[in-house]
Amino acid sequence: MPLVTYISHDGAINEIEVSNGSSVMQGAVDNMIDGIVAECGGACSCATCHCYVDEAWLDRIPPADAMEKDMLECVLEPQPGSRLSCQIKLTPALDGLVVRLPESQF
Amino acid sequence: MPERRCIIVGAGHAASQLATSLRQEGWTGQILLIGEEACLPYNRPPLSKTFLSGEKSLDDILIRHAAAYEKMAVEFMLGVGVARIDRNAKKVILTDDTELEYDKLALTTGSRARRVELPGSELAGVCYLRNIADVAMIQNFVAAGRQAVIVGGGYIGLETAAMLKQCGMGVTVLELASRVMNRVTAPEVSAFYTRVHREEGVTIVTDVAVSGFEGTTAVQAVNCADGRTFTADLVVMGIGVVPNVELAQAAGLQVDNGILVDGHGRSSDPDIVAAGDCTRHYNPGYQAMLRLESVQNAVDQAKVAAATLCENPKEYNALPWFWSDQFDVKLQIAGISSGYDALVIRGDIEQGRKFAAFYLNAGHVIAVDAVNSPLDFLQGKRLIIDKIPVNLDDLANAQIPVKALLDAVSG
Repeated sequence: MPLVTYISHDGAINEIEVSNGSSVMQGAVDNMIDGIVAECGGACSCATCHCYVDEAWLDRIPPADAMEKDMLECVLEPQPGSRLSCQIKLTPALDGLVVRLPESQF
Repeated sequence: MPERRCIIVGAGHAASQLATSLRQEGWTGQILLIGEEACLPYNRPPLSKTFLSGEKSLDDILIRHAAAYEKMAVEFMLGVGVARIDRNAKKVILTDDTELEYDKLALTTGSRARRVELPGSELAGVCYLRNIADVAMIQNFVAAGRQAVIVGGGYIGLETAAMLKQCGMGVTVLELASRVMNRVTAPEVSAFYTRVHREEGVTIVTDVAVSGFEGTTAVQAVNCADGRTFTADLVVMGIGVVPNVELAQAAGLQVDNGILVDGHGRSSDPDIVAAGDCTRHYNPGYQAMLRLESVQNAVDQAKVAAATLCENPKEYNALPWFWSDQFDVKLQIAGISSGYDALVIRGDIEQGRKFAAFYLNAGHVIAVDAVNSPLDFLQGKRLIIDKIPVNLDDLANAQIPVKALLDAVSG
């Protein structure tokens, strides 16, 4: 299973194995990682699973679709690596992925 | 001294969150979830959407997977109901007569589909849509080219209509009121949804009362009070939900159209909290008693209730929000629109499929229906939460970003 490293805003590091086909959001929710809220359960409806994808990994993830891009426009403190973690599905190629979590989802 | 035990009754969205939040808040004792359905807590919204269509499986819609609960040491008793609560002895008694003692109890019993007894309601093919088993039943009757009649033009009815249409069925929606979604949206938004459904080929009939169902073993037609008859191979009843309050009521807790809870999720018994669809609470923002049927309420109230049980009380003050997917139309609703005195439409509601409807009261936005407009939804939330006074003309002008209205005040 791909290993995903979640770096919380306070610097806490969680390395978690997430199943292929599952999302970066689900990995966080299953492991009590605070920085991801994910109210809508992955329907791309709430923008409460915002994360920052590490620069080295940005090109290896399929780009955001129009709906996700719209949602990302209004997250708190957007950055070039901003993504909704429910829209990032794990594949073997993403083994080692690093994401950072924002201070707040609201 | 034995380990402290928290029992959570009901295994839906609120239950999954409550168990998780208990651990996050430092609960070290046992956590036991008791659920009538045989499966782990799952996301209910996809039932009328991607789960109905078969695009998603049960595993896809589980809120958390089994390994996650194991890691948190959250235990389950599934496929069994709770018969009653003995508050004096601090015990729950299960339907199989098992007695379990608790130190703290959380009621997350949810709601159930409102049912109606009409001639022929017992016919095969007359279905409801609330849980996995309901969807499995509906799927037996789904086939391209056959006829589905949906009774009730609310969220569940319209989402189901959209999905069945996409499965190739002929679909008719019968609504008792004079417009669809009349309980939750403005007439302008109802008109928009009626147009979208008609453009997609769904027949919507309003001002019609269903009087019964015809058929020998399986349903063949829906009869209406005015004499009209609609051919049906499948009927889905989407006429609302009722909160599951009977356990609480029988145990003597305060119940009034929902288990009454305070701003910390506490019931009238200090050792019992409740969260989600089964509760009713006072919302200070809207100065009203609210019983909300939503994931947001289940999740946020569960967090507050868990904090209360861990003696770290937090105030429940989240803004209610909802969503609904029908065809290519993603609706996101923030706030409660009842009592609005002005409506501002931003975007093309007449011909397009992207706009936002802002509901105002005394110059403040109290709710927003955002259709394929996540930006208006998220910024509308800020307008509501921060009680930002807005100019109605500016708000209606899609050339002015809502963000500018926010910045005008905060900047």
